[in-house]
Amino acid sequence: MEHNVCFSVRDLDIRFGAVHALHRVSCDIARNGILGAIGPANSGKTTFLRALNRLNETQDNYRMSGSILLEGRDINKDFKPEGLRRRVGMIFALPMPLPLSIYENIAFGPRRQGINDKRRLDAAVEESLRSAFLWEEVKDRLKSAATKLSGGQQQRLCIARTLAVKPDVILFDEPCSGLDPISTAKVEESMVVLKKKYTIVLVTNNTKQAARVSDRVAFFLMGDLIEEDVTDRIFTSPKDKRTEDYIVGKFG
Amino acid sequence: MRWNNLISVAAKEKIAFGALFFITLFILAPVVVVLWIIFKNGISAINWEFLTAMPKEGMRAGGIFPAIVGTLYLVVGATVCSLPLGILAAIYLSEYAKENALTRLINLAIVNLSGVPSVVYGLFGFSLFVVFLKFGASIVAGSLTLAIMNLPVIITSTRESLKAVPDYFREVGLSLGASRWQTVRHAVLPFALPGILTGTILSIARAAGETAPILFTVAAFYIPHLPHSVFDQAMALPYHLYIIATQIPNIPNSYRYGTALVLILMVLLMNLVAIIIRSKFRRKYKW
Ligand SMILES: Nc1ncnc2c1ncn2[C@@H]1O[C@H](COP(=O)(O)OP(=O)(O)OP(=O)(O)O)[C@@H](O)[C@H]1O
Ligand SMILES: [Mg+2]
Repeated sequence: MEHNVCFSVRDLDIRFGAVHALHRVSCDIARNGILGAIGPANSGKTTFLRALNRLNETQDNYRMSGSILLEGRDINKDFKPEGLRRRVGMIFALPMPLPLSIYENIAFGPRRQGINDKRRLDAAVEESLRSAFLWEEVKDRLKSAATKLSGGQQQRLCIARTLAVKPDVILFDEPCSGLDPISTAKVEESMVVLKKKYTIVLVTNNTKQAARVSDRVAFFLMGDLIEEDVTDRIFTSPKDKRTEDYIVGKFG
Repeated sequence: MRWNNLISVAAKEKIAFGALFFITLFILAPVVVVLWIIFKNGISAINWEFLTAMPKEGMRAGGIFPAIVGTLYLVVGATVCSLPLGILAAIYLSEYAKENALTRLINLAIVNLSGVPSVVYGLFGFSLFVVFLKFGASIVAGSLTLAIMNLPVIITSTRESLKAVPDYFREVGLSLGASRWQTVRHAVLPFALPGILTGTILSIARAAGETAPILFTVAAFYIPHLPHSVFDQAMALPYHLYIIATQIPNIPNSYRYGTALVLILMVLLMNLVAIIIRSKFRRKYKW
């Protein structure tokens, strides 16, 4: 079991100024699986996710204690933020392409690592777009503006852009909240394929989505991690009454 | 029945738009009239000699070449001194500095500095650069004075342009493994650049027409040759205009208006460049 752990979170406690966003959360995140994080609004899911790639640090009033190990190394001590984020990519709730071409959006990450050789970039762009199931749709207009794509295509572009950095882990923060059912299905489909190569943490407001794609599910409530278990067990026989209430409430 | 029920919504809208249109005209009219008078009276003076010759006969004839050159030197000097410093300061303040008492104080100082009258900058530049640093009245002293006057404006407009770039650009940059500086450089600056350039060019164009800051620091009444080095005094268009308009009798009126016209055209040209840059970039980067 131990060697299969990707993230190991211990007593993670987070405050934003006076707001106590996360209360001593501990859990392990297994490699090559999808951990779904569910819970009502403001329960701390996004905060938890952004702790994993240290993106919370952009907030001036952010304070944390506890530890997060990525394959045994403390992400807050043994990594530079940019080094960590190259291994832990992130997809945001709304598709957020930069106002550049499709090509340059995907080349953004590799370029920042000093890759400027056209052949290598071309290859990286094509490979990432294929992995995000977008290549066929955009291969003839790589130079056109990314912002002109449809919402679903933009979100898959953002996935491709993250893949181009060659991370081990991908964090998704409600990646389908702005998408129609068909685009949602495509993004979910790509997640299921991606987990063969990547470890995925998926925050979602949609309990059904968590049930469909995740291997394990973590239930957050008002800053507490109530329970974390295999997806089936969370949905059929949760240990905590509050988990059951939340799931039943959502389904009923 | 109330009277406003008698008028349809469409009619009300027409009246409102009409009123706004006339107010706009009203604001525009003085500008147009001023420009027209200067143009009408000045255009006859403008020819190749006027633009490229030294003044003659106590500045009553010949050209205004040294004043044009002097103003160009000052503009370039002020730009070189203020642009990099102002932009870097703005980047630091908006992208790096934490929100605390010190940065609030700095912001307050910057806002207030941009409201300080230009003659005060002139006296400040005189005592610091001309007297204390012993540059004498010179192009360096004048450029530095104009640069200092411009700094708060450049910092403010650059910061506004950086603030206009949505925060998610920064988060995207960071999340793709870019360092903080790489994120600023590649995910923020390119999209703020049109605004930055527009703001700075406008502020520099304004500085080009200022008289007070150069009065004590660089401007010469008359020099029979072009400046030899940056430690020389120089003539400059605004001051030259002031002199020929008030100090020298019996000068053809067209010379006065011609000089004003050249100054205005230089400023308008810079503004035009700013507009072109902005529209070109706006088409390139839309979000
Ligand atoms: N920068 C911040 N400053 C102050 N409070 C914050 C900040 N970021 C998050 N919070 C607070 O932390 C708590 C947890 O927020 P978080 O965004 O993690 O919730 P969430 O579970 O993702 O909610 P949602 O489902 O609405 O996205 C909330 O009370 C939120 O207001
Ligand atoms: Mg959230």
